[in-house]
Amino acid sequence: MNDQLIWVIIGMGIVTYIPRMLPLVLFHTNHLHSRIQGILKNVPYAILGALIFPGVLTINSDSYLYGIIGAAAAFIAAWLNLNVILVVLSSILVLYGFTFL
Amino acid sequence: MMPSPVLHREQTSGHWKKGIQAGLPIAIGYMPVAFTFGLLAKAAGLSLFETLGMSFIVFAGASQYIALSMIAAASGAAELILTTFIMNIRHLLMSASLKERAEEEPKWLRAFYAFFITDETFSVAATSPEKKITGSYLLGLGIIAYSSWVLFSGVGYMMGAGLPAALQNSMGIALYAMFIALLVPAAKKSRKVIALAASAAILNCFFSMIPALSGGWGIILSTTISAVSIEFFMKGDEKSE
Repeated sequence: MNDQLIWVIIGMGIVTYIPRMLPLVLFHTNHLHSRIQGILKNVPYAILGALIFPGVLTINSDSYLYGIIGAAAAFIAAWLNLNVILVVLSSILVLYGFTFL
Repeated sequence: MMPSPVLHREQTSGHWKKGIQAGLPIAIGYMPVAFTFGLLAKAAGLSLFETLGMSFIVFAGASQYIALSMIAAASGAAELILTTFIMNIRHLLMSASLKERAEEEPKWLRAFYAFFITDETFSVAATSPEKKITGSYLLGLGIIAYSSWVLFSGVGYMMGAGLPAALQNSMGIALYAMFIALLVPAAKKSRKVIALAASAAILNCFFSMIPALSGGWGIILSTTISAVSIEFFMKGDEKSE
């Protein structure tokens, strides 16, 4: 299928773009019920929960422990109000240190 | 008072810069993920052109990884495209949620920045302190993340397994650490945020055990159930502005 792979990639691009674009371009949110507006405002926090779990537990196929330690490091750093880059770097560093224990 | 044109231009470039700053952690987080994608793409037999092309045209991490494994398994074109669609239909939710806070701007501009919506750029934009989100902010944010994604796909393809395994492994935490960094400050201030994230996380853990709901569907279902039910259970618990 290699000759047509670039066409498949373009197809993948189109079906990925459409859901990204449609609501932003077509929605008329001024007419949306306040309940629905409330639900849409909830989406970012719900999605963050769903993105973190269970994904973070599977970053290392050997053990859940890596994900738990990395997430704990990130949580502590974020709790101390470090900015996002520092949270990311410190969790990488802690995990890197842990792999040598 | 109407802002003068000069002032307006300054504000716009300010949004642009803020977007780039906010996008830096994503760019860093994408490096290992894109690098690994490039490496796997080479292993799956893609050319450099196809590898860069996929990152350039699709720009969606998880579905690109899945596409590689399907290509390696000689899956058909329709199957690949349908799977990609199912994986990425969750962007509907993000796009709709973003629309709530998007500045009134021309449709072509919205259609343009919509391309850059990913789990990561959406999460950063949606949790940003800005009241209204502008096209300049989203483009700054999106383009820096996108550049890192495309660039490091190519680097991964060409440099292969040059990086020490221990470092590669530890860098897998990067994007999750970023999600945690976005969530914690909001969670410290609001019980509703904690309820939303915790319920969606628990639901998604259950859904992930059901093969038919793996990937895209699990995230869509858990996010929707949690966003809807918390809205009804905790109505008026706090007034978000």
